[in-house]
Amino acid sequence: MNLRGIFAIYHFEMSRMFRTVSQSIASPVLSTALYFIVFGSAIGSKIGNIDGVNYTSFLVPGLIMLTILNQSVSNASFGIYFPKFSGTIYEILSAPISPIEITCGYVLAAASKSVLVGLIILITSAFFIEITILHPFWMLLFLILMSITFSLFGFIIGIWANDFQKIQLIPSFILTPLTFLGGSFYSISMLPDFWQKLSYVNPIVYLISSFRWSFYGNSDVNVVVSISATFFFLVLCMVFVSWIFKTGYKIKT
Amino acid sequence: MIAIDIKNLNKSYENGLKALKNINLSVRSGEIFALLGPNGAGKSTLINIICGISKKTSGKVTIFGKDNILDYKFTRSKIGLVPQEIATDSFEKVINTLKFSRGLFNKVPSYEYLSFILKSLNLVTKKNNQIRTLSGGMKRRVMIAKALSHEPKILFLDEPTAGVDVNLRKTLWNFLNKLKKNGVTIFLTTHYIEEAENIADRIGIINNGEILITENKKKLIEKLGEKKIIITINSSHNKLSYITKKYQLKKNKNKLSYIYNSKKNIDLSASLLSDLVKSSVKIDDIEIEKSNLEEIFLNMVEK
Repeated sequence: MNLRGIFAIYHFEMSRMFRTVSQSIASPVLSTALYFIVFGSAIGSKIGNIDGVNYTSFLVPGLIMLTILNQSVSNASFGIYFPKFSGTIYEILSAPISPIEITCGYVLAAASKSVLVGLIILITSAFFIEITILHPFWMLLFLILMSITFSLFGFIIGIWANDFQKIQLIPSFILTPLTFLGGSFYSISMLPDFWQKLSYVNPIVYLISSFRWSFYGNSDVNVVVSISATFFFLVLCMVFVSWIFKTGYKIKT
Repeated sequence: MIAIDIKNLNKSYENGLKALKNINLSVRSGEIFALLGPNGAGKSTLINIICGISKKTSGKVTIFGKDNILDYKFTRSKIGLVPQEIATDSFEKVINTLKFSRGLFNKVPSYEYLSFILKSLNLVTKKNNQIRTLSGGMKRRVMIAKALSHEPKILFLDEPTAGVDVNLRKTLWNFLNKLKKNGVTIFLTTHYIEEAENIADRIGIINNGEILITENKKKLIEKLGEKKIIITINSSHNKLSYITKKYQLKKNKNKLSYIYNSKKNIDLSASLLSDLVKSSVKIDDIEIEKSNLEEIFLNMVEK
């Protein structure tokens, strides 16, 4: 096992984050704080409680998840796409490091950044909003698991993309709409019957729901189903990444 | 000991282009091998396949006896690669990018060794600079330093001196000779015939994906080169026309040229001089010109 190789990639990616701290950390934290102000304090005060939870507090898990998913995908996709774009990928491909080790380096770095941003948002919001975490272990587990899963997804996007536009394509046109419609800002039970049923097709619903459950004990869907769905997506991404490296898809000519 | 062994290597692209055609090549440990060829001849493709960056269509590549796909961790750990294009992490500091490269190859961090490399390539004063602030030549040195950061046994240099000034080119040649003395095998591709002529032990010529020849540099020049003897005479003589005909000399005013090609004829230069002396032809000057690698190269690829 080339542990030093994994650490080299991890360290390189984390250094990049600390070099661009305003973009990597300050920007997502500020965006989320704006959501809290607009949807929580301004509009939220007119909404009242949802499932027995104050709306501003209700928003916290959804907004953290929204940030986590976007950050994981963008960090990992940029992390692997940029060496392809700049040509420095040659060094990774000619090093004695296996595909799994390469993936570990990039994905763990992207996931670490997301977890860090998620925790900063959580801690910051705790100063202004009343937050309860009924299941802290599960909350942390979900946070890490979803960061890893979506970092893997982002890694796949980064390999598939052959220009900067494609890196934004799936996050902008698929992931963000699904997250917004996945219960980040509302409970699925608030929707009319038809839209409720349609929402259950959206995989993000299960992720947000289980994460919110770890905070307040309320869930739109069964938690076991949510965890299973997350694991299924994780395994699916791993299988796809293995195939990419086995075939050299979009990496080797 | 054979460092690189390539057997029946082929590479075809999906569009039908055959980039490499049945390449067979061996490079001995500790030698400097230069692969010459025009643009698009297949030089970079060959290096990329050996190093694991491109996929082969068929054939076998072994590094110190191990297959470069089945035992890729072993083979790649022995190889350092300097690609043709300058590709660096612009915002990274020089020393950090070397640490990264060493780590990728699973080597224990060694500031002492990296300092030695920086010193050897005159990069010590630039070690804390971001790479983007360096000149093109300096960036090229950083790429060489990165390739050497894990103490490779084989160094691949894909046109290392393209666009580099004469001074740096000569510094690099000296450095490569030092590496050779330390037992590093060097495989370089180049456009500059002068480069191959100066530093290579053996030379290969590739064109249209085919290796045309691989030979010891001196032997190659002897074998395929021509020797021209230009004799300046001071007096004319009635036997001169006989000698000119006998040795198929070219006459230009008072200069007689005798061309000898080892592939085509026997060296009669000694006999020619003897005949001229016997005929009392007064000789003012004798010049010997040997063809250089450039002429041999052009002869082969332009056929």
